[in-house]
Amino acid sequence: MDFELNDDERSLQEGIRSFLTGRCTIDVVRANEETGGALDRALWQELGAVGVFSLRADGFGMTESVLAFEELGRSLVAGPLVASHLAATLMPAAANGSRIVGLIEPSEPVNVAEHLASLDDLIVVRPEGLFVVDPAEVIGVHAERPLDALTPITAVSHLPQGKLIADAAAAHVWHRDGMVLTAALQLGLCLASIDLAKQYAMQREQFGRPIGSFQAVKHLLADMLTKAEVTRAAVYAAAVNIDGRGDSTDLMQTARMAKMLAGDSALFCGKTGIQVHGGMGFTWEVDAQRYWKRACVLDTHFGNSDEHAAAFSAAL
Amino acid sequence: MDLQFTDAENSFRLKLRDWLSSVIPQLPHEPHRNDWIGRREYDSMWQRMLFDAGFAGINWPREYGGLGATPTEHLIFLEETERARAPYVGQNFVGLLHAGPTLITEASAEQKAFHLPAILKGEHIWCQGFSEPGAGSDLASLSCRAIRDGDDYVISGQKIWTSFGHTADYCEMLVRTDTDVPKHRGITWLIVPMGLPGMDVRPLRTLEGSTEFCEVFFDEVRVPVANRVGDENDGWRVAMVTLSFERGTAFVSEMLQSMELARDLAQLAKRVTRNGVTAWDDAGLRRDIGRICAELDALWALTKRNISQAQRTGLVGPGGNVFKLAYAELRSRLGELAMHLLDRASLSIDDIADLPTHAHVHGRIHALSLGIAAGTSQVQRNIVAERILGLPKER
Repeated sequence: MDFELNDDERSLQEGIRSFLTGRCTIDVVRANEETGGALDRALWQELGAVGVFSLRADGFGMTESVLAFEELGRSLVAGPLVASHLAATLMPAAANGSRIVGLIEPSEPVNVAEHLASLDDLIVVRPEGLFVVDPAEVIGVHAERPLDALTPITAVSHLPQGKLIADAAAAHVWHRDGMVLTAALQLGLCLASIDLAKQYAMQREQFGRPIGSFQAVKHLLADMLTKAEVTRAAVYAAAVNIDGRGDSTDLMQTARMAKMLAGDSALFCGKTGIQVHGGMGFTWEVDAQRYWKRACVLDTHFGNSDEHAAAFSAAL
Repeated sequence: MDLQFTDAENSFRLKLRDWLSSVIPQLPHEPHRNDWIGRREYDSMWQRMLFDAGFAGINWPREYGGLGATPTEHLIFLEETERARAPYVGQNFVGLLHAGPTLITEASAEQKAFHLPAILKGEHIWCQGFSEPGAGSDLASLSCRAIRDGDDYVISGQKIWTSFGHTADYCEMLVRTDTDVPKHRGITWLIVPMGLPGMDVRPLRTLEGSTEFCEVFFDEVRVPVANRVGDENDGWRVAMVTLSFERGTAFVSEMLQSMELARDLAQLAKRVTRNGVTAWDDAGLRRDIGRICAELDALWALTKRNISQAQRTGLVGPGGNVFKLAYAELRSRLGELAMHLLDRASLSIDDIADLPTHAHVHGRIHALSLGIAAGTSQVQRNIVAERILGLPKER
């Protein structure tokens, strides 16, 4: 047993991180808000070239994939990253980023599509299988003010049935793997929230000293880090299980564990990051809000944490 | 990353499992929880059995009679002993996991030769005299005084939270030997035999009513200078050395118990009724249990990360603090949920009406101590924030 990153895993993660810190700076992310969150095709193809969509199609495992997705989450990269990654084994054009593939799981009380205007293909994930739909045929109303300015949404009034491209077993695996990859994005959000709050707590002074020296603030950061590290263990364990090097054969249950933990933790780190920033945390200018908003978006992907807690109990 | 055990680790597990299955059925009944003398005998007997079978001192180096096992093998040892319902380390805790490892690194050849084999065989029970009424979280401010007088130190003062103080043979003790220097630099680490003239051990009742820890009063107790470990006034460093023996395994047995208890709670919910239906029919309760079980599984994964880190670097580092913070909070939530489920049956610490009250209520009470003992959750948060995140100290 060795549940630490090996050298290859570490260098893969560092490679993705160094690409993202050079290419997807927070300024690039913010600028995208001014274009209504429309996805940048050039960036999407660069992401494809780096391999974030094709990792598993190229023979890497879920372990390497979650390490990459943790970095994508940390850099707040928007768009159907998980969907395009899942689609890569079925559609070569998704693998290299030349087509942007999104997904939707039918939901109540309303079907909500993300990034609809930027998509080339939309995969509908239903229990009975995967169905491909032309995004242009989806009818709905674009929300004028999406909660996350980088995730434009559409309230769907008509979702075509689409063409079956894979069976129920494949849909089950998409749902499971989607949970784990999304959990990795959420882990990245936690880590980015912590970094930002920490920088602020060290530099912002009140009562003549950095606010990060006060236990009241320090303990908020300790709680953020604690939740993030427990989440990291859960996400990595779920990924290693899927790769067949795990300690459990109930892959769905460990995926739920990861998604539940990651959903709760990303929301906690997001809101606590805002709190640490005080009044500035409530402004558009400070990025703390961006992490919280993305956490809200990702919690709804592949089932929110309450649903997973309930589903987890069904196996007890 | 790999969560699977190697062939060598698996064969270690099987060898241990074989031995446990041959000896566990032969064990006598455990003594009553407040029969401290009986429990000492029982714990010593178990330690001697481990010693004779070659399983004593699992994490001690081979040259000192230990097994020299890796942190992962230590995890396996704890998994298997828990699975077999083997006795716990009990009163050998301080000797095997605290004083012994300190002696291994810091003691003289004579001190090691005398004490280490006796600890391994379960012959000597140790207790710890670190905390004082005035030195809790701020341990280095301790004031129990030791004044040099010829070949002796003369000790006067008080220690508190001394588990097994009334049954122990020796005490690992921190004393103040210099009051004119910064607090960390005037402390000395001593081996103090229990029962010396001038020493008074008084049991303290815990909030559960048990008497597992004591106060120890010292009134001019004479201890030979030869009992000092390390240099005079270097005791703080000596005490900190022990921390490096923590390899992420400290809470393994507890974690396994809690995971089982949480799953037992789900089964209990399915058979107890509330307003004509089972408690399990309550979706809110199911979700709460599901959340706690999933979080426990995640903490189990974190345990394995910490152990893996210790295996690579020899140290758990602040990952241990992160674990303890999360576990103390989660164990409390599990206990609170169990007491809500048991409702009025939770008003008994012992089993009543054929319900597993004791496990849940005792567990909930135990959880209260988790956020206090061995560094309060508040101190843990300071450590996490300062050592991992690099935030400045308050003063």
